[in-house]
This record gives sequence, structure tokens and C-alpha cells, in this order.
Amino acid sequence: MRLSKILIPAACLALVACGDDDNDKMTVEPPVVTPPTTMTYEFMVTAVNLTQAQPMSPLGSALHTSGQFWQIGEMASEPLEVLAESGDNSGLLALDVVNASTSSDAVLMPGQKVELMLTSEMLEGQKLSLISMMVNTNDGFTGLNAIDVSSMSVGDMQYYKTFAYDAGTEANSEAPGTIPGPADGGEGFNSAREEINKVAMHPGIVGQDDGLNTSVLTSLHKFDNPLLAVTVTRVK
Amino acid sequence: MKTQILSLFATSALLAAGNASAADIDVKITNLTQGIYFTPLLVTAHSNDAMLYKLGEAASPELQAMAEGGSLDGLVAMVNGIGADTMANPAGGLLAPAMSTMTNLMTADGNTQLSIVGMMLPTNDGFVGLNSWSIPSEVGTYTIYLNAYDAGTEANNELVKNGSGAPGELGIPASPGVAPGENGTGVTTSEENKMIHVHRGNLGDDNASGGSSDLHNTVHRWLNPVAKVTVTVK
Repeated sequence: MRLSKILIPAACLALVACGDDDNDKMTVEPPVVTPPTTMTYEFMVTAVNLTQAQPMSPLGSALHTSGQFWQIGEMASEPLEVLAESGDNSGLLALDVVNASTSSDAVLMPGQKVELMLTSEMLEGQKLSLISMMVNTNDGFTGLNAIDVSSMSVGDMQYYKTFAYDAGTEANSEAPGTIPGPADGGEGFNSAREEINKVAMHPGIVGQDDGLNTSVLTSLHKFDNPLLAVTVTRVK
Repeated sequence: MKTQILSLFATSALLAAGNASAADIDVKITNLTQGIYFTPLLVTAHSNDAMLYKLGEAASPELQAMAEGGSLDGLVAMVNGIGADTMANPAGGLLAPAMSTMTNLMTADGNTQLSIVGMMLPTNDGFVGLNSWSIPSEVGTYTIYLNAYDAGTEANNELVKNGSGAPGELGIPASPGVAPGENGTGVTTSEENKMIHVHRGNLGDDNASGGSSDLHNTVHRWLNPVAKVTVTVK
């Protein structure tokens, strides 16, 4: 494995050198092409939305060897705050630590399933993360946090059920105008932070049927853990 | 370095022989909730013929004192009496929401089960619990998620009242963090299920100066799991 990696650049150089010579030499003898031996590793992530009425923002998934999208007890990064308040995963997927990423293009509706593919040329030390906002919440999100996929063989599968987290960046007021999902159509990201300002697990939504009179949410929007059923498969 | 290697060999030799041998474990406990505090935690490794509690059975007076008022005195006396290896109050007080505490236990031969309990504030008699988890003999890091339980010893009236931590005294003894409401009328006066069961959660309300509960429904609720335990067997 190591050896082939070292050989590749040398082979490329040789080919380039040929190409830079005059045209005649191009016809002489086709170099015995050693096909690019760069290994690619491919992972398929499927996720099912298990909730009653919490659409999930487009799911983002990433491979990385260091870092975590969130840590319980730590302040949310700004990209995490943006994801958790508005559903936009682009900031998290663009983080420096990410070496491969993908996002579904649509919201994942309750009961629906989505499939994501991730490709990398490295396997060693790779961790996989998955992230999505419950859009009928103030700042609730779910996902997988840096699970180790580096020892998976082709065909191996890992199964997960994800928990609900709260970014701690926006109070769970459930008030009109504060929730971006279809239950409200309110505001997404707002850089102001609530007092808590720490990531924790989500306490659930209350809703007007359960005693929060000012809530735009109802019993429909309640959820319990787990939120997503996820399968990670190494396909290549 | 050499002695470490030797002791590792010694340990694995014992394990191979199937003995319930001594262990050196780090225990990290994270309060996963957003608004619930844990009172001083009891972390104890004990023999497999003892349990701090059993789901579906009545709480002991010692467990009741912990669940209603956060007192570990009775439980500590119990586990000391059976030669357990115990760390009481690793966080040095309350373990705040989303915070972690870490402790180390050197367990004696035979103390193969790990148990952890602590009261959840603000609740009437709610506690976080790990019940007799078998400590693996294999070196490694293990993760366990804990649920919230109800001791079944007190009605969940959700009224904050000074001094109500004493067993049998109705009320929530303290509500750290966000100031609770007041003048609630009480969510209930009876506890139908008097056995230890999975806690149904706080109800709370949106009325800080009345309503049925002194708790806030946007602050004092939780979903399971409420704690994450990471055990490193060395």
C-alpha cells in the first residue's frame, strides 16, 4: 500500500516527461500503462427520519481524521450554530478538517430515507460525521459524531440510532417567528446567543398542547430519542 | 515501564484463569441534559450479589434518601459494609448540565460490578442510575448511556420547597440554575407506581408565578438518556 503510493508520483513524472517531448516520440511505444493505483474508499450512508413531524434539513456527511462537529458541554462553533438554527450545513462541511463531504439536496421528510455517498483516497484514521437540523425546533440537531470507519472492510455495515441535541445558542421559546421549519416559517440563523451557550442533549419540544401557550408547535412536532436510523456501509 | 508491562502480564494471566480480578478503571460521567443538575454522585464497584436498586421493586430507605434529598450517607455506609470500592462525590458538589466529572477506581478482587447513582435536580425523587454493570476484563474504553429513574417514593408534585429533601417530606428541595417559578398548586399529590420505574419526565408549566408546577416546561424537561458514562479499563 505504502509502496504503491510512492510509485505513483514517479510514474506520473515519467509520463509528463514523454508528453513534453516532440510529437514523434508520442507514437513510438505506448508506455505500459500502470493504471493509477490510487485506492479509493467509498462509504454509503443511509438515514431514515423516524420522527412524526420533524423534517430534517438536508443531511450533510463528512469524512475527517480530526475534530468533532460538536462536543457536549462545549460552546457551539458558528458553523454549528448556523446549521442548528437554519439547517444550512455548508459551513460545517467546509471546515478545514473535512477531507470529503456530501449533502443531500432536499429536506428529509418524516418516514423518508436518503442515501449519501462519500469517497476518499485515504482510509487510515478516517472518521465519519453526519449532521442535520430538526427544522421545527429553535436550535435542535441530530447526527453522528466522528464515528471510526477506518477499520471497516468492504461490505461491512455499522448501524446507529441518533439522539437529539440542542446547540444551546437559541432559547427554546418555540415562539412565532423563531422556527424556520414549515410549522412556523420563521427566522433561521441569528448570531445572538442564549445564556446557556453549550451543546447538550435536547429536552424535547413542549408545544401548545402540552402547556406552552405561546408555542407555534403542537403535539405533532414532539419527538423522542432516537431520531434517525443510520446505516454506514463501506462499499469500496 | 517494565513494571507496567509486568503488571499487565500478571493481570492477563489472572483473566485467562477466569478470576474476577482487581481492575484499575477510569470512570467519566457526563450530564447530557440541558437543564438538570446531578447531586453528588456515588460511583461504586461491588460484588455481583449486591445491587443499589432494582427496577420494579421498592427503593431501600438509603436509596430513597438519595433520590429525594441527594444524601449519600446511607448508601455509602451500605457499600462500605460490603467492601465495595467507592468514590462518593467525584464532582465535588453538583454536576451541572452538560458538564463532566472523572474519577478512578482501583477495584479489589470480586468487585466486578459498577453502579452509579445521583439525584436529579429539580425533581421530587428522580435519579440517574447505572445498576451493576459488569466491568469488562478486557482493556479498552466502553460507553454506557444512562436513563432517568423515579424512586417511586414521593409524588411528583413539582413544588420547590426548602427542607423537602428529607425522606417523606413532599417537595423538591432545590432548583439550581434557572430560577424556578413559585406558587404552583401542585401537579399531583399521589404516586401511583411505588416501585422504581423509568421517570416520566418533568411536566413544568409556562407560568412562573402560579400554574400547577414550579418548574418551567422549556427548561426542566429532558429526554433519555440523561448521562453518558465512559469507562476505561486499564
